[in-house]
Amino acid sequence: MADQAQFAELAMSYMDALYSAALRMTRNPADAEDLVQETYLRAYRGFGGFKEGTNLKAWLYKILTNTFINSYRAKKRRPEETDLDDTEDFYLYRRLGGLEAAAADKTPETEVLESIPEAVVKEALEALPEQFRMAVMLADVEGFSYKEIADITDVPIGTVMSRLHRGRKQLQQRLWQFADERGLLPEPATAGGS
Amino acid sequence: MDCEKAYHRMYHYLDGELTVWRRWVITRHLDRCPPCAGGYDFEIELRQVIASRCRDQVPPDLKRRVADALGLPADEEH
Repeated sequence: MADQAQFAELAMSYMDALYSAALRMTRNPADAEDLVQETYLRAYRGFGGFKEGTNLKAWLYKILTNTFINSYRAKKRRPEETDLDDTEDFYLYRRLGGLEAAAADKTPETEVLESIPEAVVKEALEALPEQFRMAVMLADVEGFSYKEIADITDVPIGTVMSRLHRGRKQLQQRLWQFADERGLLPEPATAGGS
Repeated sequence: MDCEKAYHRMYHYLDGELTVWRRWVITRHLDRCPPCAGGYDFEIELRQVIASRCRDQVPPDLKRRVADALGLPADEEH
């Protein structure tokens, strides 16, 4: 077992990732800061429970998630979350004209994708219902495996997979919606949408 | 493998959660099906866009506070 100081130093290297995750969870910088600080204090106090050789990053995320759920979320007002209906496959790709473009050997849809600003992506992710948001963030932003996400969020792997499936579809709908609202979509795509 | 099945497997493939055999089956489908391959490339791109746009800088003040609380030297954070 590493000593507490070594552990603290190692844990500090994950703060950027944890802070980003905390922002997506709380959707508010002041709350995210409190959540991260609380997470580090808990991790520091509980580092004896960390098994060396296991995944420190996943362990920290588990503490972050538990802290958010147990002692934090309940106290805070929460912006409205709406669950969206299921959509067809390749929602965004189709909307951006990808299927026709692929036939014509052009791919303008990746250019649109590249032009989507940070604020729109964050807004789209933060608009997802919490359970979907957590799953998508842990998989697509942090690159955790299904098993790790199951562990962090304390649900079976099958649940992780279905949350990811629905969450990713809803994220594509939100991206489309927010990009459209900001006039970021090319004219033909907008005409074909909604 | 049909496109519907390929679509669902594609995410497990992207997630690195398929066995060697299933990876082989899906790459074979993608090699033969331009629409699915286009969608697949798009999903890869989308995921990169999402991951790269969701990185936030920790406020220096927060780093300092946590380092202090953990008894680490103030400007040693990574």
